[in-house]
Amino acid sequence: MAKQQPAESWSNGKSVFRHGDVPFRIGTVVLASCVVALVLAMGVIMFVSSGEARTAFGWDVLFGQDWNPVATDMAQPAFGAWPAVRGTLLSSLVAIVIAAPLALGIGIFLAELCPPKLSTPLSFLVELLAAIPSVIYGVWGVFVFVPFFNQVFSTPVSDALGDYIPWLAGPVATGRGVMVTGIVMSIMILPTIASLTRDVLRLVPNTQREAMLAIGATRWETIWLAVVPYSRAGIIGAVMLGLGRALGETMAATLLIGNSQRISPSLFAPATTAASLVANELTNSVSTLHESALITVAFALFGITLVLNLGARLLIWYVDRGMAGGRS
Amino acid sequence: MNTPKNYRWRKFVDQVMRGSTVFATGCAVIPLIAIIGYVLTLGASALSVQFFTDVYQPPNMAQAAADGSTPAFDPNDPFAGIGVPTDGTAPADGTAPVADVYAGGPVGGVLHGIIGTLIITGMGLLFALPIGIFAGIYLSEYRNERYATIVRFCCDVLSGSPSIVAGVVIYILVVIRSHEFSAIAGSLALMILMIPIVTRTTEEMLKLVPESMREAARGLGAPTWYSTFTVIIPAALPGIVTGVMLAFARGAGETAPLILTVLGSNVISTNLFAPMASLPLLAYRYTESPYPGENTLAWGAAFVLMMLVLVMNILVRVATRRRAGASR
Repeated sequence: MAKQQPAESWSNGKSVFRHGDVPFRIGTVVLASCVVALVLAMGVIMFVSSGEARTAFGWDVLFGQDWNPVATDMAQPAFGAWPAVRGTLLSSLVAIVIAAPLALGIGIFLAELCPPKLSTPLSFLVELLAAIPSVIYGVWGVFVFVPFFNQVFSTPVSDALGDYIPWLAGPVATGRGVMVTGIVMSIMILPTIASLTRDVLRLVPNTQREAMLAIGATRWETIWLAVVPYSRAGIIGAVMLGLGRALGETMAATLLIGNSQRISPSLFAPATTAASLVANELTNSVSTLHESALITVAFALFGITLVLNLGARLLIWYVDRGMAGGRS
Repeated sequence: MNTPKNYRWRKFVDQVMRGSTVFATGCAVIPLIAIIGYVLTLGASALSVQFFTDVYQPPNMAQAAADGSTPAFDPNDPFAGIGVPTDGTAPADGTAPVADVYAGGPVGGVLHGIIGTLIITGMGLLFALPIGIFAGIYLSEYRNERYATIVRFCCDVLSGSPSIVAGVVIYILVVIRSHEFSAIAGSLALMILMIPIVTRTTEEMLKLVPESMREAARGLGAPTWYSTFTVIIPAALPGIVTGVMLAFARGAGETAPLILTVLGSNVISTNLFAPMASLPLLAYRYTESPYPGENTLAWGAAFVLMMLVLVMNILVRVATRRRAGASR
């Protein structure tokens, strides 16, 4: 930016206002501030609206076991979203366990090993996965993947191992459950992680590779010992962004997880996630307390994804910065 | 030549690991092909003239009208169906058999959804454009300011936060206060989701404009705002337009926020202050439907959404490639 310096100082002269640059700057800053204001407003609005449930239940809104919106003779209404929080964490865990190693492999292949002719169409295909609306994953999951997976994996595995391992226990009724949701989610977050991994790997200076190859390392040793460790922070950031996407995924989860409030140890059993709980119940909420509890759940989702985003951006920014310094 | 002792082992590891990255890439490409393949084949078979020109038909009535059977329940004559067998066999009195709603016959079309999606997404884009484009201009033309980093981060937060959160915020702000689900609320929710896409693509596209063009404009004495509007934006216009199209495609596929704001409808409605149908909502509801005919409509809706995404992405690809070639 050193080149720009003289022009910059010239335009700081008195005549600038007459030329209209100050109004232009104010205009763009104001509209850009709308973005900042929007984020702040979203946080404040949800914080205020969740107040009723937070004062009534405290942390129990997120970690209480009972979710019982309607008052009956037997019980007072209670709002503890732990089944949903647990379902979110479990399905995201399944998704990240499957997606992270695969995405790392794809990233390495695209950045290091792939012939350049194949790289562009493959990158395009992988990025296309990210652009497909999540409801399409849901439709595909319900009609194609769930019956397939149920027949090929869930039923045989739970028949064979279900008696010994509680989290693989049956019965696999409709096939909708945590594991199916996690697998479909892993397909959805693969491109996010893979394309970011590819980008951070490409930033690694060539001297790293050349030095490793010069001492007689194989291609794989070069990648694994010299390239990947160099961009470790960026890869972790990419995984965090993918995790954020899985945690907040709504449509695929709503269609595939079965929306059951019962806590079951089995991964094949239906459960519910925070996002699908909100999507299912907010428009049908029976009281302001119910509404407020659901908004608390949404607020927690917003908070978690914000923290993950902040962390991931910091890591990726740190890598970017460190490497720019290293290259020069 | 003196080969090291473990050379063969290292060579073997190298081959295996390089092969596994290819395998990982295959794992990403297979579901992509499966999803696109299923949606394109099953979706295309759901398409008909009626699909695009008809609105919701109760499966019961549609089936009865198609094969001349008696509707199981006629809203105009609610007591007609009593005592009639519902398993498709002809009743004893010689009248036509009851419509078999599980036969997967015709159930109308999704014209109301197409119109609704165009209106809701179009309005959302209209709201998002001024903020997105000017924020993009700010990020590109004043890119080194500290405030730009904050705006950029807020953009990342918006694009990283779950889409259901946008729905919850608009639900609190608009739906609860106006006591009505409305198309305009859906547009506002989509606006929140589209702003970061428009902003970031505008920024990226403006950054692609060579610095020499800015310097040339400045050298002729043009103030920043004048050169931005007459030189830089026209040079980046194809890229910005494709970014806007991408935002439209993303918005058109969003479902979760629409559940909380637009609710859906079974008729063609153009009233912005009333519930409206939308294509992804129909895909979601029809997937959950017990009627095979409506499940077919869900595939059709998924097909239309998928084509929108595919066409937009390919157009963007072509446009950006031409740009990258031209700037060289």
